[in-house]
Amino acid sequence: MTELVEPVAPADRAGANAPRWCDRCGDEAATGAHSACVAARVLEPPRYCARCRRRMKVQVLPVGWSAVCVEHGEIRG
Amino acid sequence: MPEILDQARAQVLGDGVGLDEAGVLAVLNLPDEHLPAALQLAHEVRMRWCGPEVEVEGIVSLKTGGCPEDCHFCSQSGLFTSPVRSVWLDIPSLVEAAKQTAKTGATEFCIVAAVRGPDARLMKQMREGVAAIRAEVDIQVAASLGMLTQEQVDELVEMGVHRYNHNLETCRSYFPNVVTTHSWEERWETLRMVRESGMEVCCGGILGLGETVEQRAEFAAQLAELDPHEVPLNFLNPRPGTPLGDRPVVEGKDALRAIAAFRLAMPRTILRYAGGREITLGDLGTREGLLGGINAVIVGNYLTTLGRPATDDLKLLDDLKMPVKALSATL
Ligand code: SF4
Ligand SMILES: [Zn+2]
Ligand SMILES: [Zn+2]
Repeated sequence: MTELVEPVAPADRAGANAPRWCDRCGDEAATGAHSACVAARVLEPPRYCARCRRRMKVQVLPVGWSAVCVEHGEIRG
Repeated sequence: MPEILDQARAQVLGDGVGLDEAGVLAVLNLPDEHLPAALQLAHEVRMRWCGPEVEVEGIVSLKTGGCPEDCHFCSQSGLFTSPVRSVWLDIPSLVEAAKQTAKTGATEFCIVAAVRGPDARLMKQMREGVAAIRAEVDIQVAASLGMLTQEQVDELVEMGVHRYNHNLETCRSYFPNVVTTHSWEERWETLRMVRESGMEVCCGGILGLGETVEQRAEFAAQLAELDPHEVPLNFLNPRPGTPLGDRPVVEGKDALRAIAAFRLAMPRTILRYAGGREITLGDLGTREGLLGGINAVIVGNYLTTLGRPATDDLKLLDDLKMPVKALSATL
C-alpha cells in the first residue's frame, strides 16, 4: 500500500482523522506539545508510524524519502 | 584591519600558503565587526586559488542505521536509542538516485554506508552499484564506507571510485570525547591508504560537538596537514536519542567565522557545505558562506535528514554568478 503524505500541520491534529502518534518523537499526538516536532519535520522524514507507533524503515533519497511500517505499508514524501 | 587579516592577505592570498593553527585561532576569535572583512578575504582567496566554479554533489545512503560504532552525534549508531532503523537501498533505486543527482548538474555522487568498515556483502553491493551507475549515468562516483583494508582500497580503485570520503570528524585531542569505539589514528590510517592509492581524499568533520575554539583551530591545522582534495564542513544537527541530542546548534556567526578560517587554512581545497547548514545558517547565512570561502555544496537530501530543494541552491549560485563545475572540468 502506498499513500502520499505531508507533515501533519498542528491544526489537523485535532480533527477526526488525527493520527494517534507523533511521527517524529513517537509520543501520543494529543498529549504534550509537538510544535518542535512539526517544525523539525520540514527537514526530516517521519520515523514513527502515526497510526501504530512502530518505528518505520526509512530510506532518504536525494529527492524525497520513503518510510515503511510493517503493518501499515509505505508512505512517501 | 586586524593584524591577522593583513598577514593572511599577504601569505594566503598572495602566496597561497595557508594559516597555521595560531593564525586560524586568531581568525576564529575575531570580533563580530571584523567578520565581514574575514569573509571577504576568504572569498578572494577562494576565487584566486580555486576559481569561481562551485562543485555540486549529491549523496545517498546505501546502508542506513545499525552501525556498531558510537560516534556521539550520529543517529545511525545502533548503540543509542535513535529511531533510525537499519535499511538497505537496492541497486535500481541507487541508479535512480544517481540519475536524479545528475539531473541537477551535479558532477559528484557519493555512496555512503553506516558501517565501521565494509564487509563482503557491502563490497558486492558497491561493485554492482558502481558498475550500474557508470553504465547508465554521466557522473563521478565517490564513496564513504568507513575504515578500509588495503585490499578494499584497491578494489574501490578498480571499480572506478574516484574519491573517498572519510571524516576525521573533530580534532585529535577532542576525538575521544566523541567516539570511543575506534581511534582518530585508525581513521588517519585509512586516509593514508586512500591517498596512496591515487583516489582523491575527502575529509572533513562536524563543528559544534562541544569542542573549544582552540580545538576548532587544531582541527583546521590537522586537516591542512592532511591536505585533502575536499573538506566537507558539517554543523551539528542534534539528533534525538544520541548523546549530543541536546546540544545547541552552532551560532551562525561562529559558523561563518569557521568557514573563513578553514578557507584561510586551506586556500586550494574544495570546501563543501555539508549537513546542518540549513538550521545553522538559514538562507542568508548560506549565501554569506558562499561569499566567504565555500566553493562546493551538497544538494538535495542528506543521509537521514532532508536538505532544501536542489533548485533553491542552483538559483542561489546563479544569482551569485558562480558557475556549476562541469563534468569535463573534473576529468
Ligand atoms: S561510523 Fe559513521 S555511521 Fe557509524 S556511528 Fe560513526 S558516523 Fe555513524
Ligand atoms: Zn512529537
Ligand atoms: Zn503502522
